[in-house]
Amino acid sequence: MHCLWCHEEILQEINWINLLSPPKQTRICYRCSEQLIVISGNRCPQCSRLNERGICNDCLRWKELFEGEDVITFNYSVFPYTSFIKEVVAKWKYRGDYELGFIFREKFLQFFKEAFQSVSDPIVVPIPLSKERLFERGFNQTEMLASFLPVETQHVLTRVQGEKQAKKTRVERISSENPFNLKKKLNNSVILVDDIYTTGTTLRHAAKLLRESGCPDVYTYTLVRG
Amino acid sequence: MEKQVYQIQHLLPKSYIGKLLLESELPEDPNIIKHFTKLPPIKKELFQVICQRCNNKTPHLFGNIPCAKCNGNHIYCRNCIMMGRVMECEYLYACSGEEVKWTSYNSCLTWEGELTKAQQHASNQIVDAIQKGQSEFLVWAVCGAGKTEMLFEGIEVGLKLGKRICIATPRADVVRELKPRIQEAFQEVPVQALYGGSEEKEGSSQLIIATTHQLLRFYRTFDIVIIDEIDAFPYHHDPSLSFAVNRAKKTKHTTIYLTATPRKDLRLRIALNKLPHTFVPLRYHGHPLPVPTLQISYSLQKALNEKKVPQILLHWMKNRQNPNRQLLIFVPTISLADELTTYLKEQTEVLFKKVVSVHAEDEDRVVKINQFRQREIDLLITTTILERGVTFPSVDVIVLDAGHEVFDEAALVQIAGRAGRSADDPTGEIVFLHDGKTTAMVNAVRSIKQMNKRGGF
Ligand SMILES: [Zn+2]
Ligand SMILES: [Zn+2]
Ligand SMILES: [Zn+2]
Ligand SMILES: [Zn+2]
Repeated sequence: MHCLWCHEEILQEINWINLLSPPKQTRICYRCSEQLIVISGNRCPQCSRLNERGICNDCLRWKELFEGEDVITFNYSVFPYTSFIKEVVAKWKYRGDYELGFIFREKFLQFFKEAFQSVSDPIVVPIPLSKERLFERGFNQTEMLASFLPVETQHVLTRVQGEKQAKKTRVERISSENPFNLKKKLNNSVILVDDIYTTGTTLRHAAKLLRESGCPDVYTYTLVRG
Repeated sequence: MEKQVYQIQHLLPKSYIGKLLLESELPEDPNIIKHFTKLPPIKKELFQVICQRCNNKTPHLFGNIPCAKCNGNHIYCRNCIMMGRVMECEYLYACSGEEVKWTSYNSCLTWEGELTKAQQHASNQIVDAIQKGQSEFLVWAVCGAGKTEMLFEGIEVGLKLGKRICIATPRADVVRELKPRIQEAFQEVPVQALYGGSEEKEGSSQLIIATTHQLLRFYRTFDIVIIDEIDAFPYHHDPSLSFAVNRAKKTKHTTIYLTATPRKDLRLRIALNKLPHTFVPLRYHGHPLPVPTLQISYSLQKALNEKKVPQILLHWMKNRQNPNRQLLIFVPTISLADELTTYLKEQTEVLFKKVVSVHAEDEDRVVKINQFRQREIDLLITTTILERGVTFPSVDVIVLDAGHEVFDEAALVQIAGRAGRSADDPTGEIVFLHDGKTTAMVNAVRSIKQMNKRGGF
């Protein structure tokens, strides 16, 4: 086995534990894995941003905007946007090196269990790409992330076609800015999966649609907190 | 044949001539597409898979992708993915530049400098190799010999003969440095520089300076390829790069290699007289190469672990022959560069005003190197990224933990070559600080002395 990132050979240590149980599929070497540092310390309980004093200002503003109740119960992110993570994500997403996604599998699964154990019967919904993007990239990175999780995934969101959006008048566009369509109503709790939480706007567009159609609560689970 | 040449040149924009493109890079115009030949992207043989763009055959450098475009599960090449992804479900498109004629420039060299005797000697041989269409020629020139200037007359002759010329090098830094110098020397000739993230991307000019990686996009188009720093990383590590260089050449071509530190394969061919070559043992200013001294410190590792500047180094710093020189300290790892900077600052406050470290992953590296050049920094701690391609007029050089495996013979000779570069200060102290001599150190010193001897010192 070779490290997915630096291509160095990974030497699997054989001891009593992994002799008896099949060894964990390590796809990244020790040196590279040391750079995969997860978010630690005090974070905003609402959006996972590093923050000493509870809910951050951005989240308070969202709350206000939604008149007291944010459409997202909370966002949980695994990694901070370090230069290492930035580099790996860029090569994975933009260069289209699909296999690099497996670097994140173990941690993405581990923290899913920790963060969402109290949510009963959730359905995972990955944020979709536009058709053009999907063809260009060959795969949707959020679907890959969703596939690492041990719960049911449903693809109920689609992107509003770029063209249609352009044909609308400005007024129409502002009132219906939402870039997503909902194909099917869901009555379970939903965990939206995306690669990066930056401002949280896109995720809230998707969450709003789900909530309006009767979804009891929407969480978001993101790989990176930008 | 003549007629076809005429047509290609008038119908096809130059940026498509001699190119190897991915499906996603192909234009839509059918009049352009018809000049391209479809090639299979990945060849599957009984026991191996081969990427047809980069010749990668290493199994773990192929990946599997559930492809949304063809709805299939198939392989793609991970080795050359930085130049766009080669997918099993998409053809490669080649437009051969073999038959294309380029402009003939009459005396286009606008450089007015003068070559030294040693440079002129090498230059004449390069011109000769190009005129005769000799397939290979190597110039083994010491660090600071002024190799770029030796190329000018050869390039001029090539351009007069209507040849397409590429100066290729493994390092983007070197491309960036060469571009203005070459453009300055050939002011009427369009010159393009190609490297990852370069502003120019077209690759349509007759005279091109590019990293060897960029040649993965070219197909049978260069009459002359000049490979500068042929021994530099990653060229000798990555066989797909020499594969790319070879495919970018026309069937009949001249390849000129430039190096200060040829590796074993080339040295062997020189020794066996299988490779036409010339030596340039003299620096342009006519002074010999400064010879490194080896200094042993048994407590080197201990000092570094305790975050102390080794005694012997401190002593040397306080007693330098010329304390006005700036100081470059080479260290084997990024972490040591950063650590050392912190405590060296505190422990040598009296000696140095500004101490800074730089390494390959440093976003400010270009800025810092410039500050050092402007003498705003007096001590720069660096990894091997500064071993070649950059010139500072007046420095002393320390290699800290010179026994570390990253410091092979070539690296040590290159590092030593940073000292004594200007005519105003043609010497400099070079110290290999170690806790046990290595063959690399001994060989580096020997080969520097040999070059000096060859230069008549
Ligand atoms: Zn690794
Ligand atoms: Zn927040
Ligand atoms: Zn390849
Ligand atoms: Zn496909």
